[in-house]
This record gives sequence, C-alpha cells and structure tokens, in this order.
Amino acid sequence: MAWFLRKDKGIQTPTEAKKDVPDGLWYKTPSGKIIHVRELKNNCYVCPDDEFHVRIGSKEYFEILFDNNKFTELDANMESADPLKFKDSKPYPKRIKDSQGKTNLKDAVRTAHGKMNNIPITVSCMDFNFIGGSMGSVVGEKIARGIQHSIDNKIPFIMISKSGGARMMEAGYSLMQMAKTSAKLALLSESKIPYISILTDPTTGGVTASYAMLGDFNIAEPGALIGFAGPRVIRETIGKDLPKGFQSSEFLLDHGFIDFIIDRRQLKSKLSTLLNMLN
Amino acid sequence: MLLDFEKPIYELEHKLSDMKQLASNSGVDVSNAVKSLEEKIDKLKKDTFSNLTRWQRVQLSRHPERPYTLDYIYEITEDFVELHGDRNISDDKAMVGGFGTIDGQTFMIVGQQKGRNTKQRQLRNFGMANPEGYRKALRLFRLAEKFNKPIVTFIDTPGAFPGLEAEERGQAEAIAKNLKEMFMIKVPIICIVIGEGASGGAIGIGIGDRVFMLENTWYSVISPENCSAILWRSWDYKEQAAEAMKVTAKDMKAFGLVDDIINEPLGGAHKDLKWMSNQMKKVIVKTTKDLQKLPIEELINQRIEKFCNMGVVKE
Repeated sequence: MAWFLRKDKGIQTPTEAKKDVPDGLWYKTPSGKIIHVRELKNNCYVCPDDEFHVRIGSKEYFEILFDNNKFTELDANMESADPLKFKDSKPYPKRIKDSQGKTNLKDAVRTAHGKMNNIPITVSCMDFNFIGGSMGSVVGEKIARGIQHSIDNKIPFIMISKSGGARMMEAGYSLMQMAKTSAKLALLSESKIPYISILTDPTTGGVTASYAMLGDFNIAEPGALIGFAGPRVIRETIGKDLPKGFQSSEFLLDHGFIDFIIDRRQLKSKLSTLLNMLN
Repeated sequence: MLLDFEKPIYELEHKLSDMKQLASNSGVDVSNAVKSLEEKIDKLKKDTFSNLTRWQRVQLSRHPERPYTLDYIYEITEDFVELHGDRNISDDKAMVGGFGTIDGQTFMIVGQQKGRNTKQRQLRNFGMANPEGYRKALRLFRLAEKFNKPIVTFIDTPGAFPGLEAEERGQAEAIAKNLKEMFMIKVPIICIVIGEGASGGAIGIGIGDRVFMLENTWYSVISPENCSAILWRSWDYKEQAAEAMKVTAKDMKAFGLVDDIINEPLGGAHKDLKWMSNQMKKVIVKTTKDLQKLPIEELINQRIEKFCNMGVVKE
C-alpha cells in the first residue's frame, strides 16, 4: 500500500488559478547566490556577491533616483484603448486587464518629475512586467508628454528603457509611436535640454530603434541585452551561433553606441555629476 | 507566377485565347461567345480584386512581378543620377537613391530596392537594408536639404536586415537617427509605400509631410507571419494575423496613420507599370506643389504635429 493516497483523481489547476511564487525573504541570483531581499534593496537591487543587476521596475528606479522618493507622477491614469479590436488567444482588453491585475500598473511606462540630488528632472521609466514592456499608444503618449514637460519646464529628461519592442496588438499605432517620440526628442534637442537614455535589460526592437538610442548620452546597465533584432531571429537569419557577449552592454560600448556602462549603485551620483557639468 | 486567387481568372483567359485561336483557324464566327466570355472575365476580375482579403493584399504586395523602386524611378523621371554610399562603410544595394527630374523639377528620390531574380535578390539583400542603407538615405536627405530639393521616398521592405554585422554597426541607432532627423529636414518630404512596409525598416525612411500607400500594399509593426509566430506560436495563422493587425492601405488610412491611398490598375500595379507610374507622378507633382506653398517652418510644425497625434489612449 502506498504511503499517500490521492483521494481525487486527476487534480489539475487551471493556469489562471496557479499562484505566482510569493515574494519571499530570499532572492536567488542566476549564478546561484542567495541574498536577503532587504539587503538587495539596500544595495539598489544589485547582488553584492556577483554584481548581478536584478531586473526592477519604475517603482524601484523612482526610489533610487528621486530624493527621499518624492516625485509627482504625470498621466498616472492613462490606459490602453483597443482601436483594432485585436484578438489572438485572448482579446486585447482582457490581456490589459490581466496584466494590470498582476502588476498593479496601468501600462508599461510611468512618468514622474521631481528632484535628483536637488536637480529638477523628468523621468520616464518602463516596466517590463507589463506585457514585456511593449510599446503601444500609452507608452508613446506618456513618453511624448514627459518630454514636453521637460521642454516646458526646461529641465533634463531621463528615459529608462526596458522593453521587448513594439506592441503587436496595436500594430500600426504602435509603429507610429517610434515616430512620435522621436519627433518630441527632436524638439527637445532644438531646445538644448539634456536627454539621458538609460538602457537596461532588455532593450530591443522598436524601442531601441527610436528613443532609447537617441540620447545625448546613452548609458547602459552592465550585462543588459540591447539590440534591434532579437538573438533568436539573428541566429535563424545567419544560420550560425552568435558570439559570446553579442548584444550585451559591453558589446555596444565596444562598438561605440554607448557612452558608458554604469553600476546601478552609482547611477544617481553619476547622473547628477554629469547634469551639473552641463549647467 | 500565379497567386491562388488569380487562378480562376487565368483559366478563363486561357480559355478565351483558345477560343480565338480556334475561330481564326476554322473561320467559324464565335464573336458572341468571345464577347460573353470577355464580359465574364471582366466581372470576375472586378469581383476578385475588389473583395481581396487582407492577406491576399499582402500577397499582391509581394508579387514577383511587382514594380520596384528603380522601375518607378525610371518611368517617372526624365533624368536620374544615382548616388551611392554612406561615406563610412559601404554602399548598401538594398537602399537606392539619387537626384531625378519630374516634369522638369529636381527631386531627391530614395527607396528600398528588391531584386527580380536570384542573383539580384542576393545583391539587393531582398530589400533589407543594413545600417549603411539608412545612413546613406540620411546623407541624401541632407543633400536635398542643402540644395533645397523636395524629397520622395519609396518604401518597400520586409524589414531592416536582422544580421550580425547590422547589429555591430548599429541598426537601431541608424533607424532612430533617421526618425529624429527627418522631422527637421527643411524641404517637403513625400513617402509612398509601394510594396511592403515592415516595421522599423520601413518607417526609417517613412517620416513625411504626406504619406501615401498604393492600394495593394501593407504597412505595420511586424509582418503577419512573424506576428503569427509570436502570438500564435505557429507560422500558420498569418491570415488571422493580417486581419487582426489591419495592415492594408484602407485600414491605415481609416486610422489616420497614412494620408491617402493611390489606386492601382485592376489586378495590381504590375499589370500596367506605365499607368501606375503616371498615377504616382501626378500625385507627387500635385502634392509637392501644395506643400511648397507653406513656409518651411510651418511645414515642419505640421509634420511633427501630425505624427504626435497618432495613437489612441483612454484617460
């Protein structure tokens, strides 16, 4: 006789009912190091043992950049519409609702203004958890308005990118967000206001091919994947394995597309130093 | 080559020529039969091509006989001087451009170029430009600005090339820079999607005061096949993906994402290159005249304003 008897046959939990592993006390880095989450937080979400930069979102970046975590959010309630009535395995509005429920975010970007070491700034920061940080109308519009806020108030604009690229469920509209954000950046540039683009893991597709690459300063976090096409697509196109470190921050620095790589723990002080020099 | 939906038409046309052949050989009068068959063919053509699905239009946009950028350039211009190279790395054969005259007025014309046979397709990299292509385009736009000549771009690409060297040389940066710089170019810009308008590779030369699409073209953020592969995890849902993304000229105009549609001859642009080119020429000449009436600062403001209004959000 077995030790345990299954009373109900074929118990199955539908995917929706499965719970995500709750945020525990410990974080395990990809190299297997285990760290207490409070220690991680105090260390700007960088693992002290191996310098691994844990993926974080707008909440954490705002905390890191703004003095005393004080900031005013812009367009906090803007949400995606469904102009195409798009449906794949589920309708787009349902996908949005699900993602909002899971992440407690409205969409894949948040914009805020406040002070960083007493320098007034506008920051737009992407959230990868929200449909892969994909860029639809909301992302484009919020970034465009963030840039406009910088133009109107003559304060530097900081963009933190973290995205898989375009949002297919908004097809043509999504594509035009590349144009919209670039148009606003052209105006920002004419006003001679600094634009710092921070590329974090991962930044690919239409996001890289528009605002993420247009900084007066392009800065990357260490070890981030940054590229136009995804590695799988490139591998299939050329039919060869990709060299080690291909499309990493270090690779982009080597090829001249990044001004410097920054450890997240020095992010705030280095950005402040740079902006103070431009004053 | 025949697309699936062209086959019934082809069969009837075949029958018609057989009938004519037979009549001329035997001397029997079949004029009534010929006439009725011709009418039938005409009706079938109209029915077929006015009711194409979105995927069928995508297929037409890739028809192997479809005219490419240089075909139109040679039809439309009286003189054309092709210019090469990005002055840095190389000359990208997938992106062509140069000064050309249309009705005596000089234009800078730039566009992606596909190849017609295997050798040409390789040379043109299937119309997929590398970063050099986008930088060459920008160099030519600046040249146009310097000599105050209006710009026309022809968009026809399955995407910017996703290769190893393309990444090394900054494909994303090259496209991003074009987007930003094209907004500030101080001459009128007209963009026309003549075939495929795939994603960043297309919009990389697609910022214009007026953007047109030929009737049987598509323009979107990803090809229906790749959308199918990502969202449906299979290549088999391309028809559904084309429907869901609403990629045709009619869709894009209805959304206000392009300005207007240029009609094609019945059966597609390749059925009558001369007619098609003439249509495009008329549109280019008239649109340029309209755009040149505005002071350039005003034109640039409107260009920026237009793209900034694109998008639908809830607040």
